[in-house]
Amino acid sequence: MRKVLLPSLIILATSLLVMRIFYLQVVDDTLKLKSENNAIKKKYEYPERGYIYDRKGKLLVANQASYDIMVVPREVKETDTLEFCQLLNITKEDFIKKIEKAKVYSPRLPSVFLSQLNKSEFAAFQEKIRKYEGFYFQKRSLRDYEVAFGANIFGFITQVNEKLVAKNPYYNSGDLIGRQGVEESYEDLLRGVKGVKYFQKDKYNREIGSYKDGKYDTIAVQGEDINLTIDAELQKYGEELMINKRGGIVAIEPRTGEILALVTAPSYDPGILVGRQRSKNYTELYRDSIAKPLYDRGLLAEYPPGSPFKILTGLVALQEGVIDENTTVFCNRGFSYARGRFMGCHCHGGALQLHRGIFESCNSYFATAYMQTINKYAKPAQAVDVWSNHVKSFGLGQFMGYDLPTGKRGNIPDSKTYKRIYPNGGWRSTTIVSNSIGQGEVLMTPIQLANMMATVANEGYYYTPHIIKRIEGHTIDKKFTTKHVTTIDKRHFKPMISGLFDVYNLGTARSLKVEGIDICGKTGTAENFTKIGGVRVKMEDHSIFVAFAPKDNPKIAIAVMVENGGYGATIAGPIASLMIEKYLRQKITRLDLEKRILATSLQGRYAKLGGLSEAVKLQLRISDSLLKKKTVIPVLKVKIDSTKENKQAI
Amino acid sequence: MKNQSVSNNIDWISIIIYALLVILGWLNIYSSSLSSMEDTYEKQLIFIILTIPLIFIVLSVDGKFYEKYATIIFGISLLSLAGLFLFGKTIAGQRCWYAIGSFTIQPSEFAKAATALALAKYLSDTQINLKEVTRQWQALAIIILPVLLILPQPDPGSALIYSIFIIVLYREGLPAWYVWTGFVTILLFVLTLVLEPQYVILIGLLVFLIIHFKSRLADRNIVLSSILFVLLSGFVLSVDYVFDNVFKQHHRDRFNILLGKTVDMKGIGYNTNQSEIAIGSGGWLGKGFLEGTQTKGGFVPEQHTDYIFTTVGEEWGFAGSLVVIALFTGLFLRIIYLAERQKTKFSRVYGYCVAGILFTHFFVNIAMVVGIFPTIGVPLPFFSYGGSGLWGFTILLFIFIKMDANKVNEW
Repeated sequence: MRKVLLPSLIILATSLLVMRIFYLQVVDDTLKLKSENNAIKKKYEYPERGYIYDRKGKLLVANQASYDIMVVPREVKETDTLEFCQLLNITKEDFIKKIEKAKVYSPRLPSVFLSQLNKSEFAAFQEKIRKYEGFYFQKRSLRDYEVAFGANIFGFITQVNEKLVAKNPYYNSGDLIGRQGVEESYEDLLRGVKGVKYFQKDKYNREIGSYKDGKYDTIAVQGEDINLTIDAELQKYGEELMINKRGGIVAIEPRTGEILALVTAPSYDPGILVGRQRSKNYTELYRDSIAKPLYDRGLLAEYPPGSPFKILTGLVALQEGVIDENTTVFCNRGFSYARGRFMGCHCHGGALQLHRGIFESCNSYFATAYMQTINKYAKPAQAVDVWSNHVKSFGLGQFMGYDLPTGKRGNIPDSKTYKRIYPNGGWRSTTIVSNSIGQGEVLMTPIQLANMMATVANEGYYYTPHIIKRIEGHTIDKKFTTKHVTTIDKRHFKPMISGLFDVYNLGTARSLKVEGIDICGKTGTAENFTKIGGVRVKMEDHSIFVAFAPKDNPKIAIAVMVENGGYGATIAGPIASLMIEKYLRQKITRLDLEKRILATSLQGRYAKLGGLSEAVKLQLRISDSLLKKKTVIPVLKVKIDSTKENKQAI
Repeated sequence: MKNQSVSNNIDWISIIIYALLVILGWLNIYSSSLSSMEDTYEKQLIFIILTIPLIFIVLSVDGKFYEKYATIIFGISLLSLAGLFLFGKTIAGQRCWYAIGSFTIQPSEFAKAATALALAKYLSDTQINLKEVTRQWQALAIIILPVLLILPQPDPGSALIYSIFIIVLYREGLPAWYVWTGFVTILLFVLTLVLEPQYVILIGLLVFLIIHFKSRLADRNIVLSSILFVLLSGFVLSVDYVFDNVFKQHHRDRFNILLGKTVDMKGIGYNTNQSEIAIGSGGWLGKGFLEGTQTKGGFVPEQHTDYIFTTVGEEWGFAGSLVVIALFTGLFLRIIYLAERQKTKFSRVYGYCVAGILFTHFFVNIAMVVGIFPTIGVPLPFFSYGGSGLWGFTILLFIFIKMDANKVNEW
């Protein structure tokens, strides 16, 4: 009996150990993961972002080298702190604070001492960096904007947020990502694919060599260059014309759906969101909730379109056969559409046919046409749906599917809309007659207006507007080369276009005629209200203008919206005609008009709405981007082999 | 020829296992040393090479020598331990070493063999009967003497090893209640720390009542049972008090980590946590020789000494760990088998001591590394880096192999 104790004890104890080891090695998976976190360090190589060019190949956005000064606190020796601070233009207190901060992070590991120095800031320090032990630099690649406009088109680069890091395995905390504009919508192409290198690290988190001889390492893939459909000259001119105004301009090439210009005002110099001042500037822009420089009015501003919508009212009425070119409506400076209901009209009155109805923008004519369309069907609900489908075939009341990350649907009402508003029914054509003149429930964004004009110019079809022209080695998304045909027959566009042409000859835009260019256009105004001190106040109308030119073989369709600009022909109209002239002729003949528009400031009107002080705006160069003209670097592009630049995310 | 007979009768199985363990140990020290600047694997190689003449010396000494001079060896050993208080070198707070030039020597590594010899010598006297209380105390004194010298160094790990001698004494006739007392003490100690004292007492009461009414032994004195119960209850309550008031914080922490009460992975829990990560990341087959990421990164502290088994676990996986454990267990059982067939009581007791000492090191070390025993500095025999340890264990084992080979001649 006594002989058995020790052997039994040995066998018992050994079994216990084997079970425990089995649990650790085979059952418990978490330890493997912990081991990887512990001992393997991933280091990323960030490829240089792709360049952005305009439709003619002009370079708009490139990259610049920037330098982060790194420090390893343990290695820092007693040095000439004064000279060091002078070289980097910091105070001694800053120096001490930054060193302390780095020590808190880790005394042995490099951390950022000073970030995003540009070449000139770095040059003086670079010569002497050897003198300062423990200080290193790390090269990064930042966006370099060759132009001071187009901020809303480009978007900006920022650090990826934690939510996306959790959702998208590509991104790591601290990575950079494109936000807004094409930087966001073409992020995957522009950024390329980062490479990763695995390193074995030790208990102090130092690298001690590559992991498995680099078996799992990958090489970074360069970002793709892209060409935008934007015409840089036109874009720049549009932004100039919009100085001291708020609103948007969208210009589209009707034949292709390419966006030639996408202006929002106020905007900002894209360069201010790069470098050491980035976050401060971004905060200022973000905080301006009234002027909203980060808000792309061309894509997002939904308004009742007003008179330009009459084009669609007329086309639908023609298609439905309730009117023809010769249908006459008598206008008595307005239109009494129901007992005690009267819709005013600015036209010269009398008997009008479609042609004069358009160029004089007669409310009575189109209200009549609309009511006849609705009354054609037994039930107004059915009629509204027929009408709604016609209008929606122009790409309205829905996201258009263009390749920019922001948008609004606008609104084209249908029977469901009215069922919601009038749950008990009882609505008739007279109830909804405001739709005929682009008010009521109708809402459109400037890009939808521009697309509507492109469709009219094409006599019944459009391509989804898009901003991408060319990607090296890729084809453009098929949806941008697919024709969308409207439900309106081609023959109905002819009389409409001829009416729009005479808006310039005989109608509301007589004064805006450009010698030698046949423009078809339409003025518009959108009523709007705001609350000042809790009281609903009617503000000056938003000025709207839509146009396309030349009348035969149209090259450009455009929509201009100026907030609180007043009557359509006073500001939006001139801007549209100047833009068209600029695009078709590259030269402005009507210098007086140009001068007047450039000098027009609506800041007085906007001041009532509150917002940022002028001092801050000046500092941010909001809507003042052209004061600073950058020299444009030739299109020829030399790229640094970015794989050699370890842009290590810390 | 005498030498002829030694090599004929020598137990090659033990020697082969020994050699395998030493070689495997060195390979793992080699792997773990790559993370540090120190050339530990070179030094260990020298230590290993030096064991060869050492083994020859041990084997060529006359078999009777050890029995004859056991008392003197024990005396020298005690003196060398006591001398540490005067001439010892302090490393990491422990005064356990003599420094000779750049080499250090740890007398406690040799004292185990000396104690084993002394105990064997004492018990081999035919007059000794462990049924007598005086003899029991004399035998225990041999064990406790070196413990008293080792504890204040302080080296609780080495001192702990001596507890295994109780099992050896039991084999030679020590009454069972010594073992039971030890066993119950440990059990109650752990239970009290895991549960609350009052629950342990409640469980104890239930056990007593069941034994009293159900067992045939119930005719025993109820007064004795009650006294025993009160004593044990007192012990349980005092454990709580001792743990909170007598133990130092770092002792408490070591127990708390095991009991899952403290989770401080950066401070006290770091060693155990890193060691578990390293072993756990090995999986079935390990990451391969020299491929252990935890080993390369040097995450496990003291990896080449007390935590050498983490390298085995990480690089050789469950399969490798099993092989190493099987080798050790095989060696222990082999030694016990050999001890049982010894003709003299001296060599039997000594063999038992060898198996016990090696086993205790093995169990305490690996149990600590895999996180089921408090952190305590005990090397893994033949594996851990260190000359004193390697030589101490080699001498311990080969004295027994010599005795075993000699048994034929003794007739």
